[in-house]
Amino acid sequence: MQEWANQLCENRQFGSKMTDSKYFTTTKKGEIFELKAELNSDKKEKKKEAVKKVIASMTVGKDVSALFPDVVNCMQTDNLELKKLVYLYLMNYAKSQPDMAIMAVNTFVKDCEDLNPLIRALAVRTMGCIRVDKITEYLCEPLRKCLKDEDPYVRKTAAVCVAKLHDINAQLVEDQGFLDTLKDLISDSNPMVVANAVAALSEIAESHPNSNLLDLNPQTINKLLTALNECTEWGQIFILDCLANYSPRDDRESQSICERVTPRLSHANSAVVLSAVKVLMKFMEMLPKDLDYYGTLLKKLAPPLVTLLSAEPELQYVALRNINLIVQRRPEILKHEMKVFFVKYNDPIYVKLEKLDIMIRLASQANIAQVLAELKEYATEVDVDFVRKAVRAIGRCAIKVEQSAERCVSTLLDLIQTKVNYVVQEAIVVIKDIFRKYPNKYESVIATLCEHLESLDEPEARAAMIWIVGEYAERIDNADELLESFLEGFHDESTQVQLQLLTAIVKLFLKKPTETQELVQQVLSLATQDSDNPDLRDRGYIYWRLLSTDPVAAKEVVLAEKPLISEETDLIEPTLLEELICHIGTLASVYHKPPSAFVEGSRGVQHKRLTSSAGSGESVESPDTGSAAVSEAPPTVIPSQGDLLGDLLNLDLTPPTSTGPPPAAAPGMQLGAMDLLGGGLDSLMGDESEPPPIPLRTDTPQSPQPPHQSPSPPDYSPTELGGDIGGSPAMGAGFGAPPAAMPASFNAPISGGLDDLFDLGGGGGMTMGTYIPPKTVWLPAMKAKGLEISGTFVRRSGVIQMEMTLNNKAMSVMSDFAIQFNRNSFGLAPAGPLQILTPISPNQSIEAALPLSTVGPVMKMEPLNNLQVAVKNNIDVFYFSCQYPISMLFLEDGKMERQVFLATWKDIPNENESQFQIKDCHLNSDAASNKLQGSNIFTIAKRTVEGQDMLYQSMKLTNGIWVLAELRVQAGNPNYT
Amino acid sequence: MIGGLFIYNHKGEVLISRVYRDDIGRNAVDAFRVNVIHARQQVRSPVTNIARTSFFHVKRSNIWLAAVTKQNVNAAMVFEFLYKMCDVMTAYFGKISEENIKNNFVLIYELLDEILDFGYPQNSETGALKTFITQQGIKGQTKEEQSQITSQVTGQIGWRREGIKYRRNELFLDVLESVNLLMSPQGQVLSAHVSGRVVMKSYLSGMPECKFGMNDKIVIDKQGKGGTTEDTGKSSGKQSIAIDDCTFHQCVRLSKFDSERSISFIPPDGEYELMRYRTTKDIILPFRVIPLVREVGRTKLEVKVVIKSNFKPSLLAQKIEVRIPTPLNTSGVQVICMKGKAKYKASENAIVWKIKRMAGMKESQISAEIELLPTNDKKKWARPPISMNFEVPFAPSGLKVRYLKVFESKLNYSDHDVIKWVRYIGRSGIYETRC
Repeated sequence: MQEWANQLCENRQFGSKMTDSKYFTTTKKGEIFELKAELNSDKKEKKKEAVKKVIASMTVGKDVSALFPDVVNCMQTDNLELKKLVYLYLMNYAKSQPDMAIMAVNTFVKDCEDLNPLIRALAVRTMGCIRVDKITEYLCEPLRKCLKDEDPYVRKTAAVCVAKLHDINAQLVEDQGFLDTLKDLISDSNPMVVANAVAALSEIAESHPNSNLLDLNPQTINKLLTALNECTEWGQIFILDCLANYSPRDDRESQSICERVTPRLSHANSAVVLSAVKVLMKFMEMLPKDLDYYGTLLKKLAPPLVTLLSAEPELQYVALRNINLIVQRRPEILKHEMKVFFVKYNDPIYVKLEKLDIMIRLASQANIAQVLAELKEYATEVDVDFVRKAVRAIGRCAIKVEQSAERCVSTLLDLIQTKVNYVVQEAIVVIKDIFRKYPNKYESVIATLCEHLESLDEPEARAAMIWIVGEYAERIDNADELLESFLEGFHDESTQVQLQLLTAIVKLFLKKPTETQELVQQVLSLATQDSDNPDLRDRGYIYWRLLSTDPVAAKEVVLAEKPLISEETDLIEPTLLEELICHIGTLASVYHKPPSAFVEGSRGVQHKRLTSSAGSGESVESPDTGSAAVSEAPPTVIPSQGDLLGDLLNLDLTPPTSTGPPPAAAPGMQLGAMDLLGGGLDSLMGDESEPPPIPLRTDTPQSPQPPHQSPSPPDYSPTELGGDIGGSPAMGAGFGAPPAAMPASFNAPISGGLDDLFDLGGGGGMTMGTYIPPKTVWLPAMKAKGLEISGTFVRRSGVIQMEMTLNNKAMSVMSDFAIQFNRNSFGLAPAGPLQILTPISPNQSIEAALPLSTVGPVMKMEPLNNLQVAVKNNIDVFYFSCQYPISMLFLEDGKMERQVFLATWKDIPNENESQFQIKDCHLNSDAASNKLQGSNIFTIAKRTVEGQDMLYQSMKLTNGIWVLAELRVQAGNPNYT
Repeated sequence: MIGGLFIYNHKGEVLISRVYRDDIGRNAVDAFRVNVIHARQQVRSPVTNIARTSFFHVKRSNIWLAAVTKQNVNAAMVFEFLYKMCDVMTAYFGKISEENIKNNFVLIYELLDEILDFGYPQNSETGALKTFITQQGIKGQTKEEQSQITSQVTGQIGWRREGIKYRRNELFLDVLESVNLLMSPQGQVLSAHVSGRVVMKSYLSGMPECKFGMNDKIVIDKQGKGGTTEDTGKSSGKQSIAIDDCTFHQCVRLSKFDSERSISFIPPDGEYELMRYRTTKDIILPFRVIPLVREVGRTKLEVKVVIKSNFKPSLLAQKIEVRIPTPLNTSGVQVICMKGKAKYKASENAIVWKIKRMAGMKESQISAEIELLPTNDKKKWARPPISMNFEVPFAPSGLKVRYLKVFESKLNYSDHDVIKWVRYIGRSGIYETRC
């Protein structure tokens, strides 16, 4: 051993030839013992060599923890190399020997005071890595000093050390006030200190999602942007990633940040570029689309993304996964860059597959010829997965670009002729989809497909082929023979094939009943009697019963027209996509999964969303808007009648807790204010790309309508309702006979409507006119393949109108809109077709007004003012239901003659009468009557009894029903009959 | 952030293992070996998720470098870091090989401790690192030296130290381009682009401020507008090139480039890559390959390939190599070529035709007869494209260096005293013609 060490020293002297590798080869017995002796040697050089051997053993996974005291003894040295080695050892084993580790503390503390900044930093860096509670206690003081060290190198190391300490003992960090010191470092003069402080704070903030730790405000943002220009490439990444979490106040601020971030797109480091892209993609949401700068920014994004593709393959892969997201969110950025995604012969397979994905996404009528030529080349490659994907891509092109369908089909046929087994199978699977997209167009190729029947051995391909045979049984002469051939090995087939075969034979039977009776019986008995698969058995029984009871019905069911398949397949769901856009560059964007799917514990699990303009989502939360958080509640479910009543009764007793206003004297007022901020702004921002949060209303039954128009008079509160307004005979028969009694259920909508009207009445400076509830989202984009509809009902000069904002959040253009109503209580029906002349392109929104008539078919709805609507576009038909304010049904000629009023008032049977109270309404009678008149509620007479104003009012509904009311105005206690 | 970093040899034995985060255990080392290095299938992704732990890997010759994490890290950053790590190691001890890593493991640990703190990459510029991570120890440093090191490592100009002195101020500029082409058999350009690099070797004293100018279309057009009409006439046309995109070494002031499109910087000492760029328009394709493949029956192929050089006759292209793929069932090949040497290499399934030199505007031809063994393999031969390699003494993108000015206010040398060398080399990247 001595000899060997000498030799080593010699080698050292000769310089270049080193022999560290020898450490890896010592595998003698009693090694530990020998090492121990060497570690305690007097000779420095020998000591160092021994420590090196220890580290080498540690690396290969040998347990050398027994040497702990001996190694720690070597720590007291002025040889930096040796010191570093000992520290490395300590970091590995301190946890297993906590008591011994204490021995090292003194040295650490001493080193933190060393004159050499490199040693100070080394000590504080290493101490943070030793996860022993007792040591962390001693760490605090040195760390505090180092955070304020005069040398930036020490400060930047100390900044990271705070994050380390927080990972070990979060409470300690908070108690010691390190977080504030760390925050101060954001203003440090040295850019690297700033960058590390940002990184540390971001990490700490992630484990405290609700803390205001990273208090990003325009001042700090400005500091970060300044540091961005000066710090290392890595620091730039930390800062950009942190910036991405900031929500600018307005579009001007986001533009100015974007302007300062764009130069980063020319950085040589791809990660800097991607993080800059993330910031830009996020902040771009906030810029108005008509802004010149918006267009400039879009143009600036393409070249750096393309440049990423000339990076090393691993980075290309990361870039491609991200481009896949970017293309889905903003296809316009890269639409002209198709060529760069063409696959190169020697690309690694993971790059090839990703490029192929993006090619399909970018395929359009303009470039389809090129794309198809490429895909055809790929289909002759070697890698099976790649070839399959290429074949599948050809099919997807056919479905996506109608003009190319014919060429795609012929390309697929060419490929089938190659007779390469997996190519044929893949081609058949996609041809099935093409048949479904373009029925009755390409069936001529069926004959060619049938030739390859025997070569199919994969379940998916077999199932596809069987589907084709069944679907087009009438055109294939020997369909029965073909299917029979499959039937022979029925039990060996996979479930997919079995199910398909069953259906296909039933289809065949329905088309050619005479020749195939035997076959169908055979398959039914195979499926029902000889199979243990419940799915198969059930389907078999259903067919059997259908066929035996009603063959006509069976035909209707089995041979029903199939809905067309959609153009874009495997798009990422929009909300997930939004979240992933916020994670550009990170693992989440590589996996296409939210961080919560692969990160353990609470860290990094909080969901990020794109914020569009002010007024939605996070920005509402900022304290200066003075409102409580409006949670992003899902679109409220329309409560049933029973719940409505329940809600009504509960109102006063249980102020809503979910949205959080204090139960003060006027709970509704506060809610109203909040709704105004939430709902009101939302409807103003009709074109934003995120579904506006729908405030959950609990104070009125019409939850989707935020009814309060103005929060200004503090003493005003919405109506409280307490009973029936009056029974009525069947609604359908409702004509003339005043005062027609109302069914009990009428209560809810009408009271809601009145509630709304009164709110209007409360609005101090409001102009007179019909009350228009703000728009609410009726059809969220998620439920309707990207189409979002929000709207409201208005009565304008005697015509009821449905005003809608249609917002396209999907990737493709929407056109061919049409609308239909289900039968409803008041016979509402569109008076004309829906006037949407131009197709709505992605992210565009359009206002549409639909005049309504009340002469449609009538059916009583629950609740009464419920309206079920179907909207159709080129993609699909969507259904939703909404509720209209009853007040829009009040006619202009609802003013009853005084005499008639008196007469009818007296005739109202008692059971048709109802009373309820509107509390806390400090409005004098005249004002109230004026307000109400704006909504076609007419005051017939007024009298004063015992200091109370009595208003007698009438209104007429579109179906001719009259409603009479008595409004008793007495401070705080108006009474309605 | 990065939780740990491992280096393995081709057998999957650990050479270096450094764990930065508590959530990464020793078992992660084995998980990667079992699931990736020893996996039966070819690697399908550079990022692997095993039991909620993510592994990023790159390979250099037969050495695997793997970064491990359990968090949602910036993936691009991790790969950039791994590449940087390779650069740093290469700068310290040359080629990344098992032997070199074993020989320098102490150094590597020292480097890893410095450039990655708690998984956060720190300054990784070799220029700066070499000032204080040496294997000699840093005992003899004065206080000034120490603070100079720390301010350099953390400072705004982390890539250059103060007080550099040369007797002769000299700089070398290499414009290195690789021209990529994919051409259809009919001679239609399917895609072509040039990816270029400007590599600079600077041996300059002090902290010189440099300004680099080239015939960038945007700059020239801008100047043309401001200048006289004569200038505009001269500068427009073929003189300038449209650069699709470019990226710069971190020494370049990006905000200045963004606003004025001027490239100014304080260069690192020695060799480094100043910028990378990409052009797709008006590329001079130095060679054109015209293939002709004819299948004569099932057992014979006739191949004829013509190459034409397309540049000034006074220039000479070098190291020309044309690679004509042959089917797997080739039994024999006969080649006739007018110039250079051609050989059938069975192990590579290709005819390799080499020409040492070729002047511009010339033409050469090769014809070959390929005998095939009859097979019952249904799979058709994929006909890989014919690829070419070459080197030409000009920039296929048309890029020209217009100036590189050096200003050093503190020392007494001026722009004129600096000796400057400029060289253009155009190489083939992926230069393929389908047949």
